[in-house]
Amino acid sequence: MKLFVPKKAATVLSIFIFIVAVGASAFRNDAPVKQITFSTINRDSVESVQAFEIVYKTLMSPRCMNCHPAGDVPLQGDDSHLHAMGPKRGLDGKGVYAMKCSNCHQETNIAGLHMPPGNPEWHLPPAAMKMVFQGKSAHELAKQLVDKKQNGNKDIKKLIEHADDGLVLAGWDPGEGRTLPPVTHAEFKKAWITWLQSGAYAPKK
Amino acid sequence: MAKITLNINKKDYPLDADPQMPLLWAIRDLAGLKGTKYGCGVAQCGACVVHLDGEAVRSCVTKVSRAAGKKVVTIEGLSETNSHPVQKAWQEIDVPQCGYCHSGQIMSAAVLLREKPNPTNQDIDDAMAGNICRCGTYLRIREAIHTAAELQKKAGTKG
Ligand code: FES
Ligand code: FES
Repeated sequence: MKLFVPKKAATVLSIFIFIVAVGASAFRNDAPVKQITFSTINRDSVESVQAFEIVYKTLMSPRCMNCHPAGDVPLQGDDSHLHAMGPKRGLDGKGVYAMKCSNCHQETNIAGLHMPPGNPEWHLPPAAMKMVFQGKSAHELAKQLVDKKQNGNKDIKKLIEHADDGLVLAGWDPGEGRTLPPVTHAEFKKAWITWLQSGAYAPKK
Repeated sequence: MAKITLNINKKDYPLDADPQMPLLWAIRDLAGLKGTKYGCGVAQCGACVVHLDGEAVRSCVTKVSRAAGKKVVTIEGLSETNSHPVQKAWQEIDVPQCGYCHSGQIMSAAVLLREKPNPTNQDIDDAMAGNICRCGTYLRIREAIHTAAELQKKAGTKG
C-alpha cells in the first residue's frame, strides 16, 4: 500500500507534465497543431489501392494519356507518338494562333480512319494546370490527382463529378480505328469513386 | 439536301447542300470560289484553310452546317484590293513556288499576325507547322511573315 501511493502520484504527475507539454507546443509557431477533422470517408487503404489499379491503367491508356502529355504537344495514336504537326497547348489548352484544336477537331468525330476525333470541348489541360499523366508512376499520379494545387482546386465531390466530364467520356467514343480504354466507363467510374471514397490512398510505387 | 445560307467574304450565298458536306466543297463547287485548295481532305496539310469567325479552320473537315450563321472569309476576301500586309509581303518576297499551298499559308499567317503582331521565329513555327509546302518554301514564308509584321506596324493596322 505504501508503494502504491507514490506510484499513483508519479502517474498523475506524468499525465500533468504531458498536458503541459502538449499545451505549450500549441504555442510554438514552427509546429502547427494538427486539426482534428471528422470525415464521412470510409478509409480503407487496401480497397482504395486496389481500386486505383483500375483507375491507373485506364488513365495511362492512350485514350486518356494522349491529352495529358508531359510536354506541351498532345500525343496521338495507340503508340502515343507526338501529334503530327506539333500543335501546342497554349495558355488555355486550346492551341495557339492558326493551330487551335477546334480548327481541325469538330464537335463530333469525323467518319473514317485517321480522321480527327471531335468534341465541343476539345482541349488539353491549361498551362497553369497541366495534369500530366505521361511518365507518372501510380504513386505519383494518385498524389497529383487529389492535390488541389495541381488538380484545378477540385475537392472529392468535384473529382467524382469529373468522371462524367464530356471529354472524359469522349475517351470511350474515340472514333474509328482507335483502341478503347481497358475497362468500360462504368467500371472506371466505379473504381474512381471507390478509390476516392475509401481515402484516395496512393499505391507504394 | 437542305437550304443553307453561307456568308462568304461578306456576301450571302443561299446554297442547297447536305449539312454534312465539307465546307471546302461548298466554297469551291457551290459558291464557285476556287482560291481555296484541296490537298489531303483529312486535316493534314492546311491547303484548305479559311477563316470561320476569324479562326483558321480547315474547310475539308469542317461541315457546312458549322459555318451557317458565321462569317467565312476565303483568300479572295482577305482584303478587297489584295493589300493585306501578308499578301503584300508575299509579293515582295516572291514566296510561292508552285503556289498550291499558299492560300492556306496566307490565311494561317493572317491569324498569327492578328494575335501576335510581332511574332518570333518560334511563334511562326508554332502557328505554321500545320501548313505543309511540298515545294519547300518555308524559309521564304518565315521571312515574309516578318516583313508582313513590319508592314502591319507601319500601316498601323492589325490583321
Ligand atoms: S485539304 Fe484540308 S488540310 Fe489538307
Ligand atoms: S509552293 Fe508548291 S506546295 Fe507550297
